[in-house]
Amino acid sequence: MNVDIVTEKIALGYLVKVKGDVDMNSSTEVREAFGQVFKQRSSAMKALVVDLSQVRYMDSSGIATLVEALQTCMKQGLQLRLADLSPPVKDVFELARLASVFEIYISLNDAMAER
Amino acid sequence: MTELVALTVPSHPKFLYLVRNVVYPLAVNSGFSKKEARKIVLAVDEACSNIIKYAYAGDATKTISITVTNETDHISVRLIDLGRKVDAAKIAPRELDDVRPGGLGTHFMGAVFDSVVYDTGQDQGTVLTLLKKKKIVGPGA
Repeated sequence: MNVDIVTEKIALGYLVKVKGDVDMNSSTEVREAFGQVFKQRSSAMKALVVDLSQVRYMDSSGIATLVEALQTCMKQGLQLRLADLSPPVKDVFELARLASVFEIYISLNDAMAER
Repeated sequence: MTELVALTVPSHPKFLYLVRNVVYPLAVNSGFSKKEARKIVLAVDEACSNIIKYAYAGDATKTISITVTNETDHISVRLIDLGRKVDAAKIAPRELDDVRPGGLGTHFMGAVFDSVVYDTGQDQGTVLTLLKKKKIVGPGA
């Protein structure tokens, strides 16, 4: 099972949509997608929004990838907004007790709103 | 009645999905809720990832043998590798307050399963046994 990643430019900066399984085999692809966003960023970029609604599975390597992205965003003065967590993603966040560490939005529309 | 399912996969991360797709229905059919089954799958997947990373140091040509046993009151998952033996004394989940990439797999195993036992008594490798009790619901519940 592979992961599909689509990156779109949005008003706030970039939206990365992740679909499929984010595990030890595929988390590198997610990390590379984030890396491309950080490379292409302009000074107008405010946030990186990640749509996690279609993630069928996420393990600790996926969590590590998100933590790395968060650390990069903090260094660069950007927001990392996680949108619409699927049940498997919620499970792993719950086990890792990470809900308070990330900015989590109930829907993609909510995450993409200017604030 | 004891039900036993055995699976052997190559030690390559691309086969982890196969392990997940076998363990999930077994956990659900053993009486665990879908949410509990997802967490069982996560913990077993993390155990396999640790074997690939540490016991086999990324060597994808080895094997991982997994046996899932469904008993009346519990489910157990036994993982056998033939790689570098685990030093159980050095395995400790990290503090969750220390937010950094990595080191969560051991925490997940301990949080999901009631018992996590490493056996290095064999000539080669490690046998990891994960056990989770079932919640017995009485007739009046």
